[in-house]
Amino acid sequence: MAGTGDAHLRPEEDSLLRVEDLVVTFSAGSKKVIQAVSGISLDVIDGETVGLVGESGCGKSTTGRAIVQLPRPVSGKVMLDGEDLTTLKGEALRRMRPEMQMIFQDPISSLNPRRKVRDIVSEGLDIWSVGDKASRDAKVDEVLNAVGIDPVNGDRLPHEFSGGQCQRISIARAMITNPKLIICDEPVSALDVSVQAQIINLLQDMKTRYGLTLIFIAHDLAVVKNVSDRVVVMYLGKTCEVGKPEILYRQPAHPYTAALLAAIPVPDPNVKVSTENILGGEVPSPVSPPSGCRFRTRCPRATELCAAEEPKMREAFSGQYVACHFPLSPGETIDFHSPVTAKN
Amino acid sequence: MSKPKPTDIEKRVSAAGSTVTQSSETLLEVSDLTTYFRSSRGLVRAVDGVSFKLDRGKTLGIVGESGSGKTVLARSIMELLPRSGLERNGSILFEGTELIDFGPKEMRPYWGAQMSMIFQDPMTSLNPVMKIGNQISESIREHLDVSKQYAKELSEQLLVSVRIPEAARRLDEYPHQLSGGMRQRVCIAVALACGPKLLFADEPTTALDVTVQAQVLDLMATAQNERFMAMILITHDLGVVAGRTDEIVVMYAGRIVERADTKTLFSNMKMPYTEALLKSIPRVDQPSHLRLSTIPGRPPDLVNPPEGCKFAPRCAYAQDRCTQEEPPLREITPGHEYRCWFPVGTPEGAGALANNRAQGTTATGLVFQEPEVATTTRGDG
Ligand SMILES: Nc1ncnc2c1ncn2[C@@H]1O[C@H](COP(=O)(O)OP(=O)(O)OP(=O)(O)O)[C@@H](O)[C@H]1O
Ligand SMILES: Nc1ncnc2c1ncn2[C@@H]1O[C@H](COP(=O)(O)OP(=O)(O)OP(=O)(O)O)[C@@H](O)[C@H]1O
Ligand code: SF4
Ligand code: SF4
Ligand SMILES: [Mg+2]
Ligand SMILES: [Mg+2]
Repeated sequence: MAGTGDAHLRPEEDSLLRVEDLVVTFSAGSKKVIQAVSGISLDVIDGETVGLVGESGCGKSTTGRAIVQLPRPVSGKVMLDGEDLTTLKGEALRRMRPEMQMIFQDPISSLNPRRKVRDIVSEGLDIWSVGDKASRDAKVDEVLNAVGIDPVNGDRLPHEFSGGQCQRISIARAMITNPKLIICDEPVSALDVSVQAQIINLLQDMKTRYGLTLIFIAHDLAVVKNVSDRVVVMYLGKTCEVGKPEILYRQPAHPYTAALLAAIPVPDPNVKVSTENILGGEVPSPVSPPSGCRFRTRCPRATELCAAEEPKMREAFSGQYVACHFPLSPGETIDFHSPVTAKN
Repeated sequence: MSKPKPTDIEKRVSAAGSTVTQSSETLLEVSDLTTYFRSSRGLVRAVDGVSFKLDRGKTLGIVGESGSGKTVLARSIMELLPRSGLERNGSILFEGTELIDFGPKEMRPYWGAQMSMIFQDPMTSLNPVMKIGNQISESIREHLDVSKQYAKELSEQLLVSVRIPEAARRLDEYPHQLSGGMRQRVCIAVALACGPKLLFADEPTTALDVTVQAQVLDLMATAQNERFMAMILITHDLGVVAGRTDEIVVMYAGRIVERADTKTLFSNMKMPYTEALLKSIPRVDQPSHLRLSTIPGRPPDLVNPPEGCKFAPRCAYAQDRCTQEEPPLREITPGHEYRCWFPVGTPEGAGALANNRAQGTTATGLVFQEPEVATTTRGDG
């Protein structure tokens, strides 16, 4: 099956992580196959934050997990610092684990409820018996302090902390092994706005201080814009558009990006709510995704070409890449109410 | 009792509100409502003296952080709370009838037919082992004396009205066979089935994607207009309430801390808490990497709330007075009320800020943080 192309990838030698044509499927009962991720390519430069956005089920988490090889992708390459993780097995792969950490959405349930917070945080060091006990303790204190948790409280259990504090603890746990890459899967989605802002600022501070490189997965476009240097928009297991947030949000070239942006509720009563121009329909089943462009069943611009041929990633404007046969030109808007011409 | 002709029912279902005069008259009036839970730790003051009015056909937004009492307030009004350990006082006038002393038995005729509720997680309000069609017709038949067949037809119409594709087929499906957005639309259909005059929507779109959220909110707005139904929209998303409400109530620690019409609340907020909430949300129209304002700390313990203003431990404006005396909710200009000694944008507020800025801390010992959004981007410090 055709991938969505890699025109948006930067020179290989520049990237810390380079994912090429990643394919992940899940089996769903008898003979059914869920096409969760179907040829995603993306790259991350050292010190950069790459945001993954898209609606529920588009494969953001699966992409993140497949990068750390849990699960193993069906095909594709995952190059971390020049080493293809998909070819590593057993001990060689285990050795790479501390280089990549994940932070999850639900801060409380992602921490072991029966372990003390400092033990949770030092796990990554303990597994590898890095240094002696005293130096590990000192390191735990350092990262707890860095995330704003008083190490004095390190002997407590996770449930004694609030959701925001638990997310700080997750960040400390992820940082302790000095990973090359942290994949944050909806790290602020379950938090109150006030706490969300604290965690976003904290991640940014940690980035500045420790030079972290992040993949930031979220469905909230405003959050993604705030944290990202580069944004990847996904739909039904495919990449739609990649670019710098400043331009991508102002000038979406892919109809789906435009649809997402049009639907964001703006906290300003003077901005008219677009009750008319909202993307309709439902996301098709990933078991039998549409041929050609996967967005075509909901795209007002779809033609026969979109059904016949999968659009390849190409440069829409300088530095912005789109996988669409008929991308929007700068300033162009799209009417989601016009009939979809190429059904199924 | 003779069965009403379908046409009558149709009228009731499609335009329940239109039989009443379409003037702005009060539908719901809540006065000094308190809802406490007895717990081993003491009394949890989840709703502590809330008063507001809602006119027919209008939409009231309720915002506030997690635990501020939004859900308990809605459930308390609808009398949908567990009775054990509950202390509920005050007054709830619905079309002039006092509901506060009503038990479930007296409330039954109100549920669904007069007021209904949509919840955040559609799965909790749908029965997972019952077909969609049966769930809707059951709710119809509980309030309207119609035949099974007729209720079925009506169910299909309702699914069509909430824009569920292939409605007839969906009637025979179970909730898990639908997408999240469709399930929420079914919940709306159920909630609207008997033409309520008041719809509570408790975080109805929080679990949904933006495009689906927009679809669902549009659908609710359309239903509301068609039926002249009043709505209480509970959410923590200020973006959602901004475009879809007439008036907004901001809750903190079980109290209303500010209430104003939507435009005023956003353009001329007086409560430091409202300001802090609004400034902590990232917006798509802001540049990337803008450092966000945060609200330090967390909401107070509802068993042992602090003396004085409940927001004082987190407030950049806090002065000594705030820690001693709780500000009353005062209506300063018509329709705009708030609870604060040093309101935003007033000389008092400016003085309090200047004072704290000079000292570097607030009266509660909080390190002073400018309530303005920083203009510097991150990474340079
Ligand atoms: N372990 C699994 N087994 C079977 N199907 C799976 C599994 N994990 C994910 N899927 C399916 O793969 C697709 C992509 O799911 P994924 O969780 O990656 O989406 P997502 O973009 O992270 O969505 P969300 O925003 O809801 O978290 C979905 O159709 C999902 O149902
Ligand atoms: N049955 C109960 N017994 C004891 N305390 C309760 C009960 N129900 C709610 N509370 C408490 O009442 C307070 C208000 O809760 P409520 O659910 O109304 O908050 P909310 O504003 O809806 O928050 P969220 O945004 O998280 O939904 C919370 O502190 C909660 O723990
Ligand atoms: S125009 Fe065609 S290729 Fe582009 S998004 Fe629409 S359906 Fe896909
Ligand atoms: S200024 Fe005082 S009264 Fe007003 S919100 Fe802050 S602490 Fe409360
Ligand atoms: Mg996910
Ligand atoms: Mg709630």
